[in-house]
Amino acid sequence: MAVKELEVISETSPERLHIEMPRRAFLLKLGFLLNGIAATLVSVPALGYLLSSYRKEGGFTSWIALGSLATFPENQTRLAKFRNPYTHEWDGQTADIPCWVRRMDGDKFQIFAINCTHLGCPVRWFQESHLFMCPCHGGAFYEDGSHASGPPPRGLYEYKYKIENGQLWIHGGQLPTLNQPA
Amino acid sequence: MIERLRKIAIWIDDRIYISKIYTATAGHTVPRTSGSWFYVFGSGTLLCFMIQIVTGICLALVYVPSASQAYTSLEYLNYQQQLGWFLRAMHNWGSNFMVAIMLAHLIQVFLFGAFKYPREMTWISGVVLLLFTLGMAFTGQVLRFDQDAYWGLGIGAAMAGRVPLLGPAIVHMMLGGPIIAGQTLSRFFTLHVFVIPGTIIAIVSMHLRLVLTKGINEYPVPGKLVTKETYIKDYEAGLKKNGVPFFPKAISKDLIFSGLVLLGITFCAAYFGPEGPHGIPDPTQINTAPKPDFFFLWLYGVLSLMPDYLETVVMLTAPFIVIGILFAVPFISNTGEKSPRRRPVAVLSVVLIFIVLGAFNYLGTYAPWSPKMEAWTNAATPINYLEGRSPLERQGALVFHNKQCINCHSIGGEGGLRGPALDRVATRLTSDQLVRQVIQGSGNMPAYGKNLTPAEVAAVVSFMQTLHKPNEVPARDATQPEQKAKQNQRDASAQAALARK
Repeated sequence: MAVKELEVISETSPERLHIEMPRRAFLLKLGFLLNGIAATLVSVPALGYLLSSYRKEGGFTSWIALGSLATFPENQTRLAKFRNPYTHEWDGQTADIPCWVRRMDGDKFQIFAINCTHLGCPVRWFQESHLFMCPCHGGAFYEDGSHASGPPPRGLYEYKYKIENGQLWIHGGQLPTLNQPA
Repeated sequence: MIERLRKIAIWIDDRIYISKIYTATAGHTVPRTSGSWFYVFGSGTLLCFMIQIVTGICLALVYVPSASQAYTSLEYLNYQQQLGWFLRAMHNWGSNFMVAIMLAHLIQVFLFGAFKYPREMTWISGVVLLLFTLGMAFTGQVLRFDQDAYWGLGIGAAMAGRVPLLGPAIVHMMLGGPIIAGQTLSRFFTLHVFVIPGTIIAIVSMHLRLVLTKGINEYPVPGKLVTKETYIKDYEAGLKKNGVPFFPKAISKDLIFSGLVLLGITFCAAYFGPEGPHGIPDPTQINTAPKPDFFFLWLYGVLSLMPDYLETVVMLTAPFIVIGILFAVPFISNTGEKSPRRRPVAVLSVVLIFIVLGAFNYLGTYAPWSPKMEAWTNAATPINYLEGRSPLERQGALVFHNKQCINCHSIGGEGGLRGPALDRVATRLTSDQLVRQVIQGSGNMPAYGKNLTPAEVAAVVSFMQTLHKPNEVPARDATQPEQKAKQNQRDASAQAALARK
């Protein structure tokens, strides 16, 4: 039917445009739709790839051995380090994470993250004044990790620990931040 | 022969439009007044950007974006790769010059009212370019993968981690994993080498196209107001009457300035050499005091000196407020006076903002808010603070060092600046108040009660009381009768003077 009409109607007549426009409009819409579908199909895996570095709470953490109990004398605070459980070969030294181990009487411990709770700089332990001091913006913490002075909004981040077979284990694996402490 | 060459030239021009492009770009008409020394900063910034591209490509030929090897490859560039040190230095100084000249450009177009109708989008695209350039400066500092880079990333993560709810997700996204490691460096490499420069090139194209289509701002004349009805007509009439082709009539000062900039960068690079890398990026090396590069020192200062309770709010909202204000500038003041001579508020704002930024940056260079972590072992006690002192007082001087008091407090100009200098503390606090301050702390000082024996407290307080000059009156307890207090004072001063003999 349409073909027959095309034959009799001249190129520029309004009737011809009337017949052809719906087809062009349809093709345009089809083009958009097709590309929309293709774009979605491409972007879903791309987004999944990009977002894969996010894991839920606990997704990166596990129990890590810090060494035998004998290496941590009673009533002392010592620097210890561990290899982060989530790591790649090309991480080099950056996956060696330090922490402060405070052994109190007997088998009671406190294990603090190295990162100041203000902006993450490495706090240093001073045996003599029994303080942790931060070199960046001047935060200070007491021996038990509680806030002593300066801008930090809370005490030091503390790792969970357990003792098994004469070994000290901590639960860690990610950079502690305010809304996701160690 | 010549006729044939001419034909070839015409054929090429006809097919690829060289002369048309030329008339529309380098040869386009600009107001004669724009050939001014004030108008050289935009092209200067562009030149720096091109230097950054060229030197950056050269560096990328050698640099290894791997957390385990980046540092070694930087050392290789510095010491083994032929002229590697020079290219690193050029890239570093190019970035310093780029930020500096870009700021000059920003100030100039702001003061000359160039952001007003109809050039709002030229300004906004410029603001975006400023932000992306600062992004390049930060990501570039990360690629210099040393201790400062490592802990700088930690600071960035700590700030992002303060975002409510989304904090942990943002931190993981930013670091590419749970810790600062290989994937973090790869991310920042990608941003610094592909994403941000690509975007900058696109936005520079838009910025330049706007300069061509909306025209460069004419030199502002006091009293000549911008109105939406007449501005474009007047501008075009001005071009007809007083327009000159950009090349060769208005470009000479740009050329001279660009030449000087290139010489300046080359000179600085050759003379000062490359920056870093400083300590190795090993988080277990904790004896470090991370510091940002020069252009972020003001931020370091702001983050240190802000009241604690405001910090999270300011960190998470201030960037958006500042950027919002920058974007809003052309709409806050869209028409009217352009000349800085008739815009005192604009001039004062610039002066005020740069005094504030300058002051914070200056403070950042010596960071008085940071304790001096090594002072307790390497700062000297001035001899005149030890001469003629009793054993107890000298013991106090030892306590002052051994208990790290000096990391935060200075005496005789030695020691930290975090707390007040203590040379004259006994003129402000009585001995009872000193004891209380040491034991309980307060304000910004930790309490030392548990960590000092009573004997140590007595020693350090008696030492503090000997530090002020003999003619300075010690603090007295207001509840004591004045007569007795005076007597005590006299005794104390006499004793002190004797002791110092």
